[in-house]
Amino acid sequence: MTVVALKGLFARRLRAVLTALAIVLGVAMVSGSFVLTDTISKAFDSIFTSSYSHTDAVVSGRKLVDYSNGGNLTVSPALLDRIRRMPDVAAASGALIDLNGDSARATLIGRDGKAIQTNGNPTFGFGIDPSQPRFNPLKLKDGRWATGPNEVVIDAQTAKKHHFAVGDTIGVAAHGPKRTFRIVGTATYGNVESLGGATIAVFSIPTAQRLLDLTGYSEISVAAKPGVSDAKLVSDLRQNVPQTAQVRTAKQQANEDKKGVSSFITFIRAFLLGFGGIALFVGAFVIFNTLSITVAQRTRELATLRTLGASRRQVLRSVVLESVVIGLGASVIGLLAGFGLARGLSSLFGALGLSLPQASTVYATRTVVISLLLGVLVTVLAGFVPAVRATRVPPIAAVREGAVIERRKRLGPVAGVVLFAIAAALIAYATLGGHLGSGKSLLALAGGTLLGLLGVAGFAPALVTTLAAVVGIPARRLGGAAGRLAAENATRNPARTASTAAALMIGIALVSFVAVLGKGVHGSIDRAIERQVNADWVITSQNGSSAFPAAAGRAAAKAPGVALASDIRSDRGRIGNANVSVNGVDPATIARVYHFDWKQGSNATLARLDGHGALVKQAFGRKHHLAVGDTFTLRSPAGKPVRLTVAGIFQPPRVMEVLGGVVISQHAFDRTFTRPSNSLTLIDGSPTQAGLDKALAAFPDAKAQTKHEYVKAQSSFIDTMLNLLYVLLALSVIVSLFGMLNTLVLSVFERTRELGMMRAVGMTRRQARRMVRHESVITALIGAALGLPLGIMLAAAVTHALGKYGVTFSVPVASLVVFAVAAMIAGVLAAIAPARRAARLNVLEALQYE
Amino acid sequence: MNAAVTAALSDERVLLDHSPPAVAAREVARRYGEGDTAVDALRGVSLEVPRGELTAVMGPSGSGKSTLMHILAGLDRPTSGSVQIDGTEITSLKDNDLTKLRRKHIGFVFQFFNLLPMLTAEENVTLPLTIAGRKPEPGWLGELLQSVGLDDRRKHRPAELSGGQQQRVAIARALLTRPTVLFADEPTGNLDSASSGEILELVRRSVDELGQTTVMVTHDPAAAAIADRVLLLADGAIARTLSRPTQAQVIDAIQEVAGR
Repeated sequence: MTVVALKGLFARRLRAVLTALAIVLGVAMVSGSFVLTDTISKAFDSIFTSSYSHTDAVVSGRKLVDYSNGGNLTVSPALLDRIRRMPDVAAASGALIDLNGDSARATLIGRDGKAIQTNGNPTFGFGIDPSQPRFNPLKLKDGRWATGPNEVVIDAQTAKKHHFAVGDTIGVAAHGPKRTFRIVGTATYGNVESLGGATIAVFSIPTAQRLLDLTGYSEISVAAKPGVSDAKLVSDLRQNVPQTAQVRTAKQQANEDKKGVSSFITFIRAFLLGFGGIALFVGAFVIFNTLSITVAQRTRELATLRTLGASRRQVLRSVVLESVVIGLGASVIGLLAGFGLARGLSSLFGALGLSLPQASTVYATRTVVISLLLGVLVTVLAGFVPAVRATRVPPIAAVREGAVIERRKRLGPVAGVVLFAIAAALIAYATLGGHLGSGKSLLALAGGTLLGLLGVAGFAPALVTTLAAVVGIPARRLGGAAGRLAAENATRNPARTASTAAALMIGIALVSFVAVLGKGVHGSIDRAIERQVNADWVITSQNGSSAFPAAAGRAAAKAPGVALASDIRSDRGRIGNANVSVNGVDPATIARVYHFDWKQGSNATLARLDGHGALVKQAFGRKHHLAVGDTFTLRSPAGKPVRLTVAGIFQPPRVMEVLGGVVISQHAFDRTFTRPSNSLTLIDGSPTQAGLDKALAAFPDAKAQTKHEYVKAQSSFIDTMLNLLYVLLALSVIVSLFGMLNTLVLSVFERTRELGMMRAVGMTRRQARRMVRHESVITALIGAALGLPLGIMLAAAVTHALGKYGVTFSVPVASLVVFAVAAMIAGVLAAIAPARRAARLNVLEALQYE
Repeated sequence: MNAAVTAALSDERVLLDHSPPAVAAREVARRYGEGDTAVDALRGVSLEVPRGELTAVMGPSGSGKSTLMHILAGLDRPTSGSVQIDGTEITSLKDNDLTKLRRKHIGFVFQFFNLLPMLTAEENVTLPLTIAGRKPEPGWLGELLQSVGLDDRRKHRPAELSGGQQQRVAIARALLTRPTVLFADEPTGNLDSASSGEILELVRRSVDELGQTTVMVTHDPAAAAIADRVLLLADGAIARTLSRPTQAQVIDAIQEVAGR
């Protein structure tokens, strides 16, 4: 029986391959996600471990605040001297390196005068002591290390990409106006080929300190004398360092550095695997449908096996075996394709400005096992119902013309409606409870979506005839006889058309969900900023979100035509054990360019900020039980405390708040925070772009935008995100395209004699082609007709839940029309090969075909 | 209408005499395969199918009767020789032109009916016109459906019809376009004897009443006995021609040819 099954499969190898294609892409996505994230993870590992490859312990300033602009505590040169004198210590070296925070940053200026920076990638500016090469995480590639005040070493990748060589001069901007440096060398970081889009500039320690406005070192690397254990070294060091510093082993420090990145990689992995899962889900539909059709077409063959003595169990086993073979073959191909796809995904992220570091590709055993297992499992599960159906073929079908498998009472529509009802309940639970975002509600939302799609697929056969009548109108009207026949063909087997369309429905539903939600979020961001910002012009950093030197704000204020410039300082501080974002504003000018939504107080309250007054955000005040008149202590990232009194309470929008948790006066801010920098400078008046650009010429990190441009730029990441999602969801649309292709090929095959007859009675090849194409387009449009409303409904539920963030429901009609057209194009594409096959049929052979 | 034209049309014989035969084949040969394994299905067959007559083609399996019909109907191409339908040489026509020619000049009736299951009986009958983008003359369609006895089955789908009824739909489909020649390939091969009789009677009637030129391939002597002319094929050549034979004569001739 096994041999029969395998030989049968081999005989129908084209069909087997077409079936397998449905699962290949999903598996490829899964394996590609693993390979890509493993590779990125390894690259980061390598970055972080190579930082400490010859280091036993690391002494750094205690970290009080996450994501500080000003930087955390540094350690003093005096401490370095003390450590060097310790008996356990063989060598120690101080450096200015900050891989995670924003404190050690220096932007390189390209030959075109523009900052070398791609969307938010870090621009590292390090201070390194070249006399201690064992602690140096960088490897010199060319030239020598920087020693003088005007010398810099840049990373080899940037040098190559932007045509800089040793001996050239290059502009560098750090925490102050840009300056010109001479490139004395190029270097690579650890064993990593690329740091993604990051650039590195390495200076001598004194130069870096001056440039970055930092004192001391960010960390001291320590090597123990032979025979001294890491544990002993660490405990000795702990007795010798002040309260403000902390000691970690090199390994602990590497893990600490990696923490942020690890959770980022875990997120990316889950995100990509999610799309692999969707593609597999769609693939399951396609497999189910294709195997259902092939089983129906093999009725006589299966019946013959039964007359020859095969038991139902044997028939079941042979059909399941086919699924296993198809699944396994597809999974192996998918696994290998995934290795290639990993590269594609990496370029995709790159194209969207999210370059990720690369090392040599990692192929983990786990990737292979999970990919193969998933692929086979999904195929077998999807093929199980058709396999059971195959067992119901009665032996008599072998001799009777036109025998069909007797259908049990169809449970599909009822089960579909029940599933859909459960789905609706789950989605309502997730979106009406007002707690969207909790793990439970997101799970309910995802589960509801999944069940909803299955439910619709279940009762879709009941809708096919009606839908085909509607979407078939153009075919009937414009397609001539071929179009009319196509419309008839599409409704001949509603179950088949429905499940073919359902596969496409999934992609279309998700894409339209994303588009509608995206438009809502886009609108909420736009409105939030419009509501807060009253300025004519806005100065931001190049990427629009990180901080820029306060000096840049002062420079912009001097541009001709500027009536008023109000800086918004930004950093994070600590209240009790909580981190809070802190802004420093000019009480005299801020109300003219920023709109406060007061809960307690008014614009007059701003006058009380001078001294120790503070405004707190309502949500923050509630959480910390702060009312007007209460006092509290805020600590800077460097640990400096300041007593503040609540002067007023305001309520910024829940998204895109320009002023956050605690707002104090600029004077108080500058006294409390080291290296004060701005998140924004808001400008009133009528300066020109050229005037502002000129004023900011020395600050390549800052840029001037009109308010309109600023609003657009702030919500542009939504567009980037949408594009990323579209590309990833396109994968599942492609899978469903294979499904349509399969169904058409099988239908054409099944209708061979019919096609022969029609050709005999006068149908031209062109008409035959057109007939198949129209049928395909009608099926695709049924998919769109099911998917679009589902996506819109789901988005309506989610926007309702996000209403408190100002997200409103609005339908991006143009996008949805594009999706419907895309579905039509998918239909045309899927029909190319089957239509050609139908047109090329030899009439004579077709007529004699059984 | 012009009197002269009316006069010409009224004299049908004059018209027929001047028109070419419905189908004419000259030295038609068909070889399948190449080299040692080549099989000669037809070895130079020449014939003319006169208008308004029912010609039956008979012969044992492998005699080449199906091949001959396929070539005459333009479904297959001869290795050599020529075939003319209504005076048009069809062996050199491109697929598109051949398709158009089939629409106008040829009707088919198949052994397995070959109806489209999703169309009603009436829609199946009008299918050739639908494909050609034409509308049936309402009077003619009604007359035809009545004459084949399907008037009360118009809205039925093939699955709701008996085998004989399905074949009558197929015959109506072939007659609707008034083709120059109707080819019937074993039209009774898939029917019980009662239905067979009805179908044969219908075929004969369409020749007599409508003047429908018909070529019928069959291995049923009873079917051949209704023909005006019977061509007996053996080994790819015409072995005998019978004119209005009885069933007994047909059986004798078959045995004679087989025993030769």
